[in-house]
Amino acid sequence: MPDSLGLLDARPDLTGPANEPARGAAAESPAIAAPRYWPSVAALIGGARRVLGTHAFRLAGLYFAVFALSVLGVLFFVYWTTVDFVERQTEATLDAEISGLAEQYAQRGLSGLVQIVAARSAGDRGDGMLYLVTTQDGRPLAGNISGWPSGEPAPSGSLSFQFELSDNGRTQTHPARGKLFEIPDGYRLLVGRDIGDAAAYRERIKLTLLWSGLVALGIGLAGGTLMSRNMLRRVEQVNRTAERVIAGNLSDRVPRRGTNDEFDQLAGNLNGMLDQIERLMTGMREVTDNVAHDLKTPLARLRARLELALFGPGDPAAQTEAIRAAIEEADRLLATFNALLRIAEAEAGATPDATELVDLAEIARGATELYEPVAEERGFALRLEADQAVTLRGDRHLLSQAIANLLDNALKYGGRGSGGDVTVAVRQISGRAVLEVRDHGPGIAEADRESVLDRFVRLEPSRSTPGNGLGLSLVRAVARRHGATVSLGDNQPGLKVRLEFPTGADTS
Amino acid sequence: MKLLVIEDDRETAAYLVKGLSESGYAVDQSGDGREGLFLATSGSYDAIILDRMLPGMDGLSLLGALRGAKIGTPALILSALGSVDDRVKGLRSGGDDYLVKPFAFSELLARIEALLRRGAEAPTLTKLRVADLELDLLTRSVKRGDKTIDLLPREFQLLEYLMRNAGHVVTRTMLLENVWDYHFDPQTNVIDVHVSRLRQKIDRNFERPLLHTVRGAGYCLRLPE
Repeated sequence: MPDSLGLLDARPDLTGPANEPARGAAAESPAIAAPRYWPSVAALIGGARRVLGTHAFRLAGLYFAVFALSVLGVLFFVYWTTVDFVERQTEATLDAEISGLAEQYAQRGLSGLVQIVAARSAGDRGDGMLYLVTTQDGRPLAGNISGWPSGEPAPSGSLSFQFELSDNGRTQTHPARGKLFEIPDGYRLLVGRDIGDAAAYRERIKLTLLWSGLVALGIGLAGGTLMSRNMLRRVEQVNRTAERVIAGNLSDRVPRRGTNDEFDQLAGNLNGMLDQIERLMTGMREVTDNVAHDLKTPLARLRARLELALFGPGDPAAQTEAIRAAIEEADRLLATFNALLRIAEAEAGATPDATELVDLAEIARGATELYEPVAEERGFALRLEADQAVTLRGDRHLLSQAIANLLDNALKYGGRGSGGDVTVAVRQISGRAVLEVRDHGPGIAEADRESVLDRFVRLEPSRSTPGNGLGLSLVRAVARRHGATVSLGDNQPGLKVRLEFPTGADTS
Repeated sequence: MKLLVIEDDRETAAYLVKGLSESGYAVDQSGDGREGLFLATSGSYDAIILDRMLPGMDGLSLLGALRGAKIGTPALILSALGSVDDRVKGLRSGGDDYLVKPFAFSELLARIEALLRRGAEAPTLTKLRVADLELDLLTRSVKRGDKTIDLLPREFQLLEYLMRNAGHVVTRTMLLENVWDYHFDPQTNVIDVHVSRLRQKIDRNFERPLLHTVRGAGYCLRLPE
């Protein structure tokens, strides 16, 4: 665009493109100076190297490039339309003036034209119009310019030139834009316009746009860098945590900011995963310890019995009895072992094919029916409250065993002799399948309710009754397998075990 | 009766062969899957007892090959893998029964007997009879002598199973699996109470008891000697 403004006049134009680099350099100097305020150059270089190789940086770079391109485009468009508009306006004024004068000439001849030009030239210069009528040899007849400007007009008749303007005794050179009108007989008319103001306006716009462009690009660059640094820092936090976890510190967690953005969600999910792993690991350690203790004790008894049979008094009857007792001990051990395997199986989810749509009410009915005679024999009234089918996706065998274990417990501890009822209830409550087993026994103190779900935990009063302390652990494992929650509550009096299963309705 | 034991653990195999021989069976034994398959296809056995994990060829493939060759000899799978899933896989690949190691020998014996009977049983039986106890599968009614006995549906199923295996020992686990379809051992003696209830109904007020407890093994429905 600046080329179209290029003056035909030999004198250099201040608005020409030649001086732009100088301004550009001047504008850039503050940006170059900025790093001086940063902590240290080494840190900057290190940081830059670190930042440059990352995906975050590439993303920020791309973002910046697109941003810069669009900012430059917009600024250039603004500049172009504004300048172009001013120029067109000048051209239009000149054209109108010329056609007006040409009309006057046609009507009133050369003298009329000279008269009008003289009259217009005499007026105030506020409108910035310039006129000149010359004879064939270039002598001015009328007008407010001293002489014909040097330089040849373009074929269209347009002409850029400079003229001297004295104002309060000071002579200034002003740029002007003119148009030539050839009058027959060799006379020439030049109509021009002082474009000093327009040029200043253009300069101003150029400068404004240049600065706003630089500021926008600066902000974009800073924003991009900040963004990539921020992203990078958060990814690095995750990486460092992962490294520490790999190194063995399972309790380390990714810090969260509480903003709940994607990074926070990622951190939350990773932490959830680590929690799960840690819980499993802790569980495994506990199991190992418990197994060591609870399987070693009966093994030691078994060994002692067999040793006694081998080295004891050679009474065949006593020996037979010792061997029978040893087999019983081994059977108990096996039962414990099987129960542990069952729990592990339920927890690990090793039987995925076994999931099908099952009716929890039907399963509860089956288990209740299995235990009903035992309940009656022990003086309990075993009741089932399950009016309608409650379907969920699950493993029928595991669910049966979980309910059987709950019934086993209820009949074992549920207030023997008090004649209390044991109730099994299955209901559908707002999209969840709820199974409750309630008894009227002594219940479990609130402090112990969580721990009885752990493996091998047997509360003091029950130590004397047969059992391996795995019944409720299996219930919990089965519940977890089905995404259900187990809660132990007070039945006032008695124990209320409640399992809440998600049903197909809300888990889809 | 001729049995084939395919088991690679020498001690277990010797224990099985000894126990089964003492119980009156003729027993062949193999410790290798391929050899076992060869024996099973060539010899004529009344039942096969096979381990699931075998050298040469695993138990399930062996069964698959055997069934593929249209040999329907009843087979009992022995395995340390005891989950429901393992059991289902074993039965699907052609096994007729599945026993988890370790097991009581009486349990194995009772199951083998049940397997051997299964082949001989007339499929279109509508009435089961033991002494003067009669169970009608069509009308689902039970009579002892002239007296009609009212049974709950589950008691009926329990009695049906006992009568189908009359004269033989059935274990608690067999009852749990076949009558209740439960594949776990409840901690309480639930089966004993069910059986004693049934006993109340079919044996009380009758001169000769039919339902007997076999100590250390299970139950048996038969006429007293």
